[in-house]
Amino acid sequence: MQAILSYSFSFFGTNVTIAALLGQGTLGLINGAFYACLSLGLAVIFGMLNIINFAHGALFMMGAFASWMLLNYLGIGYFPSLILSPLLVGLFGIFLEKTIISRLYKLDHLYGLLLTFGLALVIQGLFRNYYGSSGLPYQIPHVLQGATYIGFMYMPNYRGWVVLAALFVCLATWAIIEKTSLGATLRAATENAPLVQAFGVNVPRLITLTYGGGIALAAFAGVLAAPIYSVNPNMGDNFINIVFAVVVIGGMGSIMGSIVTGFALGVIEGMTKVVYPQASATVVFVVMVIVLLTKPRGLFGKAA
Amino acid sequence: MFGFSRPQLIAFLAMVALIVICPFILYPVFLMRVLTTALFACAFNLMIGYVGLLSFGQAAFYGMGAYVSAWTIKNWHVDASIAIALGGLTGGVLGLALGYLAIRRSGIYFAMITLALAQMVYFFCLEAPFTGGEDGIQQVPRGFLFGFIDLSKDMTMYWLVAAVFLGGFLLIHRIIHSPFGQVLKGIRENEPRTTSLGYRTDDYKLIAFVLSCTLAGVAGGTKALVFGIATLTDVNSSTSGEIVLTTLLGGLGTVFGPAVGAVVITTMENYLAQMGAWVTVIQGAIFMFCVLSFRRGILGEIGNLLKIKL
Repeated sequence: MQAILSYSFSFFGTNVTIAALLGQGTLGLINGAFYACLSLGLAVIFGMLNIINFAHGALFMMGAFASWMLLNYLGIGYFPSLILSPLLVGLFGIFLEKTIISRLYKLDHLYGLLLTFGLALVIQGLFRNYYGSSGLPYQIPHVLQGATYIGFMYMPNYRGWVVLAALFVCLATWAIIEKTSLGATLRAATENAPLVQAFGVNVPRLITLTYGGGIALAAFAGVLAAPIYSVNPNMGDNFINIVFAVVVIGGMGSIMGSIVTGFALGVIEGMTKVVYPQASATVVFVVMVIVLLTKPRGLFGKAA
Repeated sequence: MFGFSRPQLIAFLAMVALIVICPFILYPVFLMRVLTTALFACAFNLMIGYVGLLSFGQAAFYGMGAYVSAWTIKNWHVDASIAIALGGLTGGVLGLALGYLAIRRSGIYFAMITLALAQMVYFFCLEAPFTGGEDGIQQVPRGFLFGFIDLSKDMTMYWLVAAVFLGGFLLIHRIIHSPFGQVLKGIRENEPRTTSLGYRTDDYKLIAFVLSCTLAGVAGGTKALVFGIATLTDVNSSTSGEIVLTTLLGGLGTVFGPAVGAVVITTMENYLAQMGAWVTVIQGAIFMFCVLSFRRGILGEIGNLLKIKL
């Protein structure tokens, strides 16, 4: 084992060890967890509403802020806010869907993109006004401090928790959509909304709940991210551009596809940090270019 | 002339008159900002308004144009006309490369791909040595036009910027009213039908994309010379968003709308600059307002009231 780990090779003049590659790849899973949560939410919302939710990054940021506010204003700790924040931000999402987004369903998809882009600007601008853009600290909860040796590296406990929690929530979402009768209704409504409505299903309510659910997923990722990155109004911006690339790579046709692509790209990004650090910020985009050239519909995508 | 209708011709002459009169009343540097933004918006409108392609990454072409113009005039001391032309060339070549990838998908995917590709260009500019990283390229000289016209005076520079804008504006108008432009409109209205008529729509879309990016590069290059600076802000995604807003507010698919939008947005930014993040909030609010109840934009609504196409 040790022999394999310490094996090293040269790549473009950089000395790369297997241990470093494994270590960074594992740490990459953390970003991958955020990509998976966010792209999953985008895919679910797109399936139902035919809208690309540009405000996803802003709502992710709101999730982090909600947990910060709960702690600092109400003294509610990390674990309760892991449930409360997504709930609150999800409710806010439902309010948005009811009041503004629902006005656009009859229009071209592009208007939904433009509207949510404006929405993101408003939300980010407001938070920047009141909280500045330098970032607010959020402590890692006591139980999750420290690190554990996992065979080839020390894994900070909190980061391990992030990966597991995100994986659990993603798989639970997948199970709800693919394995329950509610999910079956949802998938049917995605395929043919008028027909499902004719069977007596309240499709507009389903749409509202889907949007709220997608937003709650983003907010959940936001709470997970709060102790890792400082809580600041631009934290969603850094993610959302990459998440769009992830969505293009995976295609939005498949729930599992979004999850797998999200985690995989996090790992690839992490490993690139070892091999060629300068490219780690762009490697996801490079993968997108390669996918576009070879499989323009995305790895798991359907038409258009 | 150039396929203008009568009201459009009147509007065009009014615009030219304003361009000539304004520098004697208002601060020329501010007006140059308006004109470069207007050219950028008109170029963007060529895509969104006439082909229906929403690109969220136009800042890449604008910003790279600015970088290349600034770098060549500062380090190679080329003529101002050459520097601006090189900016346009950069925009066009980059547009060809990125457009070739992006047109493989349509609709919202196209928007997301252009956004992601522009982000890649942004990271490239952040790392690449010639852009000066966070500092950008500063103290860019304006140089000389055709070797003998000194551009360091604001008024002289203004006439060059005005000429560049009007040239670009008329070029776009000519493109739209050519047989090529008719095919573009056909693609916007019904792409499968245009394909069935025997047009290779992807080629048409790519050409329109490259033309738009070239003009965006020209606008960026001109801007770099005016302000003597090319920075990461020019390639940032917020610049891409701003140009979408400018065009949407002025009126998608209208001839003069983007220019009007540029006047409004630039003026707004100028006066609200002290208000910090509120500018973002206001921009976002305008965005939402336009989408919800003002989809035709300023000139679209006016044209609708007067029953003319502006």
